Amino acid sequence: MSLETLTKSWEPMSYGFLDASAKREIRRKTLKAIAVPGCQIPYASREVPMARGWGTGGLQVSCTLINPDMRVKVIDQGADDSVNAASIRKFLARVSGAPVTMDTLEADLIQSRHRIPEEKLREDQVLVLQVPNPEPLRPVQPNMSIARQMHADADYGRMWLQLYEQIVRSGRVMQGASYPSLVNGRFVMTPSPIPRWDVPKMDMAAHLTILSAGREKRLHAVPPYTRVEPLVFDDVPFRVEDHGRLVCTRSGARGFFMNEIPQEDGTSSFEVSDSELGVKTIHRRDGDAARIGETWYTDGEMAQ
Amino acid sequence: MTLTLDAPRFVETKPLLTARNLSKSYGDVQALRDVSATVYPGEVLGIVGESGSGKSTFLRCLNLEETPDAGSYSLDLPDVQGNLFDLDRYGRRMLCATRIGIVYQNPHLGLLMGHSSSGNVAERLLVAGERRFEVLRDKARNALDASEFPLDRMDAPPIELSGGMQQRVQLAKAIALEPALLLLDEPTTGLDVSVQALVLDTLKRLQQERRITMVIVSHDLGVIRTLSDRVMVMRRGAVVEEGLADQVFQDPQHSYTQQLVHAKL
Repeated sequence: MSLETLTKSWEPMSYGFLDASAKREIRRKTLKAIAVPGCQIPYASREVPMARGWGTGGLQVSCTLINPDMRVKVIDQGADDSVNAASIRKFLARVSGAPVTMDTLEADLIQSRHRIPEEKLREDQVLVLQVPNPEPLRPVQPNMSIARQMHADADYGRMWLQLYEQIVRSGRVMQGASYPSLVNGRFVMTPSPIPRWDVPKMDMAAHLTILSAGREKRLHAVPPYTRVEPLVFDDVPFRVEDHGRLVCTRSGARGFFMNEIPQEDGTSSFEVSDSELGVKTIHRRDGDAARIGETWYTDGEMAQ
Repeated sequence: MTLTLDAPRFVETKPLLTARNLSKSYGDVQALRDVSATVYPGEVLGIVGESGSGKSTFLRCLNLEETPDAGSYSLDLPDVQGNLFDLDRYGRRMLCATRIGIVYQNPHLGLLMGHSSSGNVAERLLVAGERRFEVLRDKARNALDASEFPLDRMDAPPIELSGGMQQRVQLAKAIALEPALLLLDEPTTGLDVSVQALVLDTLKRLQQERRITMVIVSHDLGVIRTLSDRVMVMRRGAVVEEGLADQVFQDPQHSYTQQLVHAKL
């Protein structure tokens, strides 16, 4: 019996890039986050071959969850083909051997920055969101120790105060992204910089959402079928962006979240932000087979 | 036939605030020695004393910001029971937000300087659970109006306002929820004499209109004389003399009170 038969052969890196102890730690912290929806759980954010702020938090969770049978989709601002999304997807495939996809319906694991796909996610899918700042109280309470106490006391008066002052100043709530939302009636979380358009998608959603901030070393989660209520006054209803009537100039898709593209003559045209949905709509228009799943919004209105 | 007499009113009325034998020391310094106080509904209790006499510590205890080493404190309110120092942090915060209003000498302690004045008042209501924007706006406006704050500046942040205006914002915040007890910690110290008089007028008018129970702490005998019904004189953490305001100021018994009144006049 030689040493070689007893040990594993040398590999340039462990499976999924992170070493076993790192993955175990993240797995345990993720379970904890799922057990207490919306509560920020600190974790030891490891180094990954990417700069902080580019999605290191999401990447660590993805590396932990991944296995060779999981199909991976990565989006950045809704697009599958932007540089950041393409590099993360390539990296995940390389360290795990997992197949990749751009189709939301085929994906098992979706890592995203800034958007939730327009097609409804299922119970067997996991959404990992990259979060720059997981602390909703930071704008109103710079001291993080006190902010943690405020979370413990459910002392969210100042979050409301912020909304009150936005309405006083501008006549409406100006918070465009990271709209503070109450999870399961207990913790206020910032749902990463997703637009207001995407916030209602999280309420009672079938899929698991894990939100992870690599630089801030914190993760929180929204388990399947959990209430997520954006903070709103009783007499000032929550409004998503007015994109319901916009039509995509490339695909003709209508009633989804759009990217505005300024034109030379000063006007602007619009393009559907979920790029793969646009691609599938074009395929279908051209008579090719393309399966478009059920979407959260139909005709620009959130299905009740 | 037997004659029945009603008991005098003051025997029937129960005190709103009862603090018994509060003691507190910071290291070697004893800030409070066995201080007791009772305040009846609608009454104004003034506390005078030199700097370091423990009067502010006593007020901070009444606002549940500090826990004394010994003693008990209770408020006679429908759903408030027992010694309030036994409450946990959450219970204390809710009680302070809904039942006790406080005005500090330093507006930085009581106000969020970066937020608007009306927002500062609204925050009180938000903590208490109000979630209707129009109601918040109206109540904030009414409270600011009651404390004679100029309403065209209600959305300016307190940092841009004068000292007197800042005190009015604090006062509006304190009375927004119509608290059972209003605590005033040197509310007019640091203001010039004319503004001081205006703020005192506002306080006096509020007290007469709403019959708010107040505890006011000041080293200024004039302020105490203007506002309070009863006076407590403190020195080195202990109460040296207590009685009706006129009685104490006209006929001081304790040598320290005599000195104090004499120095003032």
